[in-house]
Amino acid sequence: MTEKATSPAIMRSMLGRARGLGSARSGLHHWWAQRLTAFALVPLVLWFIYSAIRLSGMKRGDVINWAVDPVVGTLLVALVLALFHHMRLGLQVVIEDYIHDERPRMVWLLVMKGVTGLLGLAALVAVIKLAI
Amino acid sequence: MTDTREALMVARTSDGRTVRRPLSPHLQVYRPQITSAMSILHRITGVALSCGTLLLVWFLIAAVESDAAYARVAWFIGSPVGYLLMFGWSVALWYHFCNGIRHIFWDFGMGLELPQVHASGKAVLVATAVLTVLTWVVFAVVR
Repeated sequence: MTEKATSPAIMRSMLGRARGLGSARSGLHHWWAQRLTAFALVPLVLWFIYSAIRLSGMKRGDVINWAVDPVVGTLLVALVLALFHHMRLGLQVVIEDYIHDERPRMVWLLVMKGVTGLLGLAALVAVIKLAI
Repeated sequence: MTDTREALMVARTSDGRTVRRPLSPHLQVYRPQITSAMSILHRITGVALSCGTLLLVWFLIAAVESDAAYARVAWFIGSPVGYLLMFGWSVALWYHFCNGIRHIFWDFGMGLELPQVHASGKAVLVATAVLTVLTWVVFAVVR
């Protein structure tokens, strides 16, 4: 009890601590989404490597003919969504781990989310345009 | 207690006492091991693959845009630098893929004993090498 009087941190209750910190809220969602996208990427990446080998050296028309197939289009959209989501979650943790000061950390996180978000959207638009 | 971040270091033991959370040893005093080396390699390959998506996005946009744009990206991928990047990409992708599967097993609580962790680590390294070679052999045969 005497500890409580001297330490400002103890003013927060255990429940408050559990609710307030990342691991009890968005942290679980982050962890789960990272695993879920990893799961999805296992077959998608295998298909992607197979496709990349098949596509190598092909003309643009052949690539378009390939991408216009609905199954291929669906898999490409799934790949882009899962890949960029997985990548953003991963890069977020890397930034959070290595940049300790709050302000530069926030700046880096926002820049990373902005750049990867735009890249992902660009990939998505391209894949959909190829499909239609 | 001057730094407010100290508040994050407060924890309770199961009998309710408050303690300062233990801090893991810093890298400088940590002996390199297969576990730690492969862990950081998972990150490094993850970041490298993230950079690699630039090429994927470029390829997709060029395929949408025009024959000239597609010819440019095809030329780049077919150049020596392009091949080097593709090779590096294939190694990084297979490593991250195999080690990622190792992580999934851990998430299910499997293979967490230290000898198993070492064995699966070595298996990942072997699988990465085999799959990378296999990929390029298939590539050479198909082309």
